[in-house]
Amino acid sequence: MHIVVCIKQVPDSAQIRVHPVTNTIMRQGVPSVVNPYDLFALEEALRLKDRFGGRVTVLCMGPPQAEDSLRKCVSFGADDAILVTDRAFAGADTLATSYALASAIRQIGREQAVDLVFTGKQTVDGDTAQVGPGIAKRLGLQLLTYVFKINELDLQARTITVERRAEGGVQLLRTAVPCLITMLEGTNEMRFASLPSMIHAARTPIRKWNKDEAGVEDAGKIGLKGSPTIVSKVFGPTPRTEKAEMLVVEESSLRDVSLNLLQRLFTRHPAIEKELLARFSQ
Amino acid sequence: MSEPAKKPAPTAARGRNTELPEHLKSYKGVWVVIEQERGAVHQVSWELLGEARKLADKLGVEVSGVLLGAADDPLETFARDAFAYGADRCYIARSPVLKGYRNEPYTRGLTELVNRFQPEIMLLGATTLGRDLAGSVATTLQTGLTADCTELNIDGRTLAATRPTFGGSLLCTIVTLAYRPQMATVRPRVMRMPERDDTRIEKGCIVDVPLELRESEIVTKLLDFIPDASSNKINLPYADIIVSGGKGLKNAENFQLVWNLARVLGAEVGASRPVVQAGWVEAERQVGQTGKTVRPKLYIACGISGAIQHRVGMEGADAIVAINNDPNAPIFEFAHYGIVGNAMTVLPALTEAFRSHLAARSSAPAAA
Amino acid sequence: MTEQQKFDAIVVGAGPSGNAAAYTLAKAGLSVLQIERGEYPGSKNVQGAILYADALERIIPDFRDDAPLERHIIEQRQWVMSKDSFIGAHYRSDEFNKKPYNRYTIIRAQFDKWFSSKVRAAGALVICETTVNQLIFDGQQVVGVECDREQGNVYADVVILADGVNSTLARKAGFHPEIKPSNVALAVKEILFMPEETIQARFNIGEDEGVVIEMLGSITDGMMGTGFLYTNKESLTIGVGCMLSDFKANANRTSPYQMLENMKRHPSIAPLIEGGEMKEYAAHLIPEGGYRAIPKVYGNGWMIAGDSGGFVNAVHREGSNLAMTTGRLAAETVIEARAAGKPMTDATLKAYAQKLKESFVMKDLHKYRDMPEIFHHNKQFFTTYPELVSNAAKTMLTVDGVDKKTKERQAIAAFRKSRSLPGLFGDAFKFWRAIR
Repeated sequence: MHIVVCIKQVPDSAQIRVHPVTNTIMRQGVPSVVNPYDLFALEEALRLKDRFGGRVTVLCMGPPQAEDSLRKCVSFGADDAILVTDRAFAGADTLATSYALASAIRQIGREQAVDLVFTGKQTVDGDTAQVGPGIAKRLGLQLLTYVFKINELDLQARTITVERRAEGGVQLLRTAVPCLITMLEGTNEMRFASLPSMIHAARTPIRKWNKDEAGVEDAGKIGLKGSPTIVSKVFGPTPRTEKAEMLVVEESSLRDVSLNLLQRLFTRHPAIEKELLARFSQ
Repeated sequence: MSEPAKKPAPTAARGRNTELPEHLKSYKGVWVVIEQERGAVHQVSWELLGEARKLADKLGVEVSGVLLGAADDPLETFARDAFAYGADRCYIARSPVLKGYRNEPYTRGLTELVNRFQPEIMLLGATTLGRDLAGSVATTLQTGLTADCTELNIDGRTLAATRPTFGGSLLCTIVTLAYRPQMATVRPRVMRMPERDDTRIEKGCIVDVPLELRESEIVTKLLDFIPDASSNKINLPYADIIVSGGKGLKNAENFQLVWNLARVLGAEVGASRPVVQAGWVEAERQVGQTGKTVRPKLYIACGISGAIQHRVGMEGADAIVAINNDPNAPIFEFAHYGIVGNAMTVLPALTEAFRSHLAARSSAPAAA
Repeated sequence: MTEQQKFDAIVVGAGPSGNAAAYTLAKAGLSVLQIERGEYPGSKNVQGAILYADALERIIPDFRDDAPLERHIIEQRQWVMSKDSFIGAHYRSDEFNKKPYNRYTIIRAQFDKWFSSKVRAAGALVICETTVNQLIFDGQQVVGVECDREQGNVYADVVILADGVNSTLARKAGFHPEIKPSNVALAVKEILFMPEETIQARFNIGEDEGVVIEMLGSITDGMMGTGFLYTNKESLTIGVGCMLSDFKANANRTSPYQMLENMKRHPSIAPLIEGGEMKEYAAHLIPEGGYRAIPKVYGNGWMIAGDSGGFVNAVHREGSNLAMTTGRLAAETVIEARAAGKPMTDATLKAYAQKLKESFVMKDLHKYRDMPEIFHHNKQFFTTYPELVSNAAKTMLTVDGVDKKTKERQAIAAFRKSRSLPGLFGDAFKFWRAIR
């Protein structure tokens, strides 16, 4: 069995520190990590490998430094790691990204046929959840999103049965292998790498593919050129024109402050008082 | 109006398509994919219709709802609701294959509808269904899709879709210039629920569209659907009163003060991301960009500093009360009422004030 | 897994000293394992810093080709601050604009990452997020390290400890005692973002040119310490450092953050940083005990380099160049010992101490050996004098009808009032002795 896990290197949001005095976000120098959602996909793939044997290949598109994230995946137990990296990919939106990754997966499949493709449910920096479905569509794979449990994998019959989180409930779905699965978070816990695994990973060469090596056939479908969406502006939030009515505890007692608030709130929002009264009498 | 906006994309226009090809210029109208399952429409679809109406009015075009479902789904009833919420037209596509959501038949069905009727804008709810479907359809159609928008607008004739970026610390506006339809998803509760107008229903036009879908061609089978137990369901997005706590409460025990106030107010309890990460409350209670978007009548934020990623999840509240001991906390920039003080000491006093006030008022209704 | 678990050398830490050591060793063809506690090399480091070209040049001669350098420094300003003024000396020279440049401002996170990539390219194995719990001994000889991971023992002929000022490893092994608060400075730094053109206009510099300002006086609230401001490409590094012991003893309980905030509001500094957007903030410990605080730095199968050994010249605010040089010298000691077929014993590695003594490292540290003590016991250098000097300057420069002779007398009287004549002379002597 051959599983491909797609990962992304993202800025570590947990390490985005806040200045103790000014409360502003400090982003520069924030380290990059494997997108946390992708680790659930990787762990699920490694568990399948533990049960059924086979290989796990991790695939990432990104700058050369993303090698570190792939190496980390190798330390967890991935057998092979491929970094698709080329200036031509720069500026890709989700559509162009899915084209590049789908091309690379096809290329990987030429070395050894791929049975399953895993991705995380979304990335923490983009939050779009579009690349997984995009890859599936481009490769003609069945798509199973928000999967939290793999109930059965039958390699003889080439079928897989999973539980998928849906609105208001859980879908039990069966489909054919090969397929693409996006894993829901919290479904498993990533294993720890042993020291020998760390040393092995440090030694493992990360294969780097440019667009040609990744099998990109249509250069018009990658990077900026292949991206229909265009960021027209980036901006900070606009402060409300009307300032908050401020009450300071130091200046009066807690009780007075509370009563003062209630009075102001209910005068301006009688509907809220009504709503609360309706609840209170219940 | 005929010139597709030339002025956007000053930064990113290099070496890419910004000109709308001739054959896409005929694409007209704003569509909302109406999400229905098991006899009900997800409320986000109505919220989107309200937004679609505004966009369509600016463009001078129609709003259409799209309903995909099986023979026994009450799609006509939903279409009438859609008219009341702002649709001019509804496309109804029925097939036994569309019983229960599955990616493949829904993608095929929706793609075919788009190709046939050619809308310029298509909106979907950013639910598990909407995200699954939108990504597949956009890829099939090779068009632009912007996820989790917090604001939609028209710039020239182009959809300007705004969403948080950089982990929610900034906002960005995204346009799709050379491709159609322009697709966007919006999370539940981000947009205001439109007023229902039943006089619109009679004017609405239903278009039945036959689809060629065969079960034998669909690989994925839906074996079962297990609905969530409703008893312990937390429905934060649709709560009217929310008391939320942040890391300013210092520890899990102090978070009990939030529950105490919530009990008096009959409110739902929310939390900031750090609180959820610290494990003080369930993940379903997280308010913000990576949690739930809420739009209550009253939102009381206790010990929450108000990072942008939290703000985008709750700034739609009618009234925001913030309690924080730092007078410079960003939350005071968008709260309506601010109490500068330690949430741990303010909360008990505030709880008591609400309790006595509400008790007095409910025993003497004449005073209202 | 059948990975080789024995290396020629293990380097603990991936800061400047660890990287210098690992690079030098790997370049010489030794098998090297470098173990870093942080998430990535540089993750534990204070951000803005000064790089002294010479130390790095001896390791990577062509580093200027691709190292992430911000600006080369063409002007140094020394300011003595009072509450609302400064008196200062500026030195700017076109010599500093001649290639190859001598000093650069750098952003450590980027620089350390770059350095680490060079280490990997040289052939060392680098693993991060791995903490060395303790050294493994065979009798008296260090033969490897034990890490906080499964099957965490790994062996080598020699272990170079470059694990920073908090080196618990050397302490655990008994190589040096607990570091004294009076020998450690706590520095807080911020990076303020600012457009390139603004920086160049405000500091009167051209593209790629940089300025360093070093400050002494009221900003440290009576504590022994200094403030500093560096120009980076598109940001300023501003910070202040004081002895840890002083923070503990400080009556006003001024926190390091507060001190930095106060400093940023100083009327001589505020206009320089105005509009700068705070991007990051970091605190870091710096060993400033100087010569007298340096422990024994070698033994059977081990050596210490960089901050872990206390190799910092506090007077000239040099740390990374000492770190890189000590790392390189430790590595060269190993390389020479191997070439000579000698075992990595205390007797062999003594050569490291000799190399240090012959280098600028120990010469400089020896020169300033008394500075920490003197400043520590004579707080007037940070409190009384800056105010007095400032007042004297103000008196002399204020044109108000008082003749200059009288003004001179006033100034001298003010000095004598605050500090007795013998005190004044004594201080001058102490200072002269210390920097002589």
